[in-house]
Amino acid sequence: MLVQQKIFAILASILIFVVIINLVKNKKLKEEYSWLWLLTGALIMILVLWYDILLILTHLIGAVLPTTTLFIFAILFLICLALDFAIKISKLTDQVKNLTQKVSIMEVDRLNDIKNPSTDFS
Amino acid sequence: MNKRCIIIPVYNEERNIAAVISDIRKYCDVDIVVIDDGSSDSTSEIAHREGAFVIRHPFNMGYGVALQTGYKYALKHHYDVLVQMDGDGQHSAKFIPELFREVESSNCDVAIGSRFLADSQYRAGFLKLAGIKIFRHIIWWITGEKITDPTSGYQCLNRKVFEFFTDDHFPYDYPDANVIIMLHRAGFKIKEIPADMMLNPEERSMHRGIFTISYYFFKMFLSIFITLIRKKQ
Repeated sequence: MLVQQKIFAILASILIFVVIINLVKNKKLKEEYSWLWLLTGALIMILVLWYDILLILTHLIGAVLPTTTLFIFAILFLICLALDFAIKISKLTDQVKNLTQKVSIMEVDRLNDIKNPSTDFS
Repeated sequence: MNKRCIIIPVYNEERNIAAVISDIRKYCDVDIVVIDDGSSDSTSEIAHREGAFVIRHPFNMGYGVALQTGYKYALKHHYDVLVQMDGDGQHSAKFIPELFREVESSNCDVAIGSRFLADSQYRAGFLKLAGIKIFRHIIWWITGEKITDPTSGYQCLNRKVFEFFTDDHFPYDYPDANVIIMLHRAGFKIKEIPADMMLNPEERSMHRGIFTISYYFFKMFLSIFITLIRKKQ
């Protein structure tokens, strides 16, 4: 691996760390969403500093160049991240649905109570 | 005497909702619950003026969610049996007493009004008819039950069924053939009765446009597959 490539990768992972920690510090990103990003930064750092690990991985997955391995893992990471978001969105969709239904039903009950204070619809 | 209600999910139906409610009143005296799914017109006001209980969603969330809101309302207010019907005037209210009778006489847990068992003036388009035939065969193949109208939204449900539907597993984007298979797997008894249906006055449909229809088919097959691999409830 060229020295320039190493320097660039180390700088990129340090940048990821700094940006993520800052976002968490300023409450723009929740801690529970930050771990996957921090893990990525750590992985880039490990792969660059221990180049042999990258070579072993490249050999294991049958890739020709170590950079290909890095790209493959970057794409896999993005897929994991997108899937993680899709799971969270599905959960949020259900929560919004249930909350909206509950509020709508409570609202009609409240209006009926105001209109007919003596009537018990239940 | 069972506590009964009729739930009507609606979205921008100010032109039809008054007629639908007055049509229902001709045939039965039950609580009418209109679920306004975030209409931008005066559907809610008209339904309220006509004497219905109106539940308003603050924004549009789709037909299935509105239906499920109706089930949750019925469950909260201890109704024993409910009829669900469309708010566009497609379903004739004269079949409501018979739908209630079928379920209340314990013949079944769900009674479906089928336009194909009645001498109906309803004429489905080619794609819709093809879809109905395909899902009819799939239901028959999976459950052994001959349901002629798997896309009918004109149904009567007892309390056990609408309680079952308040769960998050209810497929609220397109609750059709997948729901029938889900009910069968949960051990509920389903029966069909003839029910005349009209093409709605503005000829609108949930399933229109080639992309919507393609998505509907894909989603329905996926939903049936997921229902089958899920543990029985």
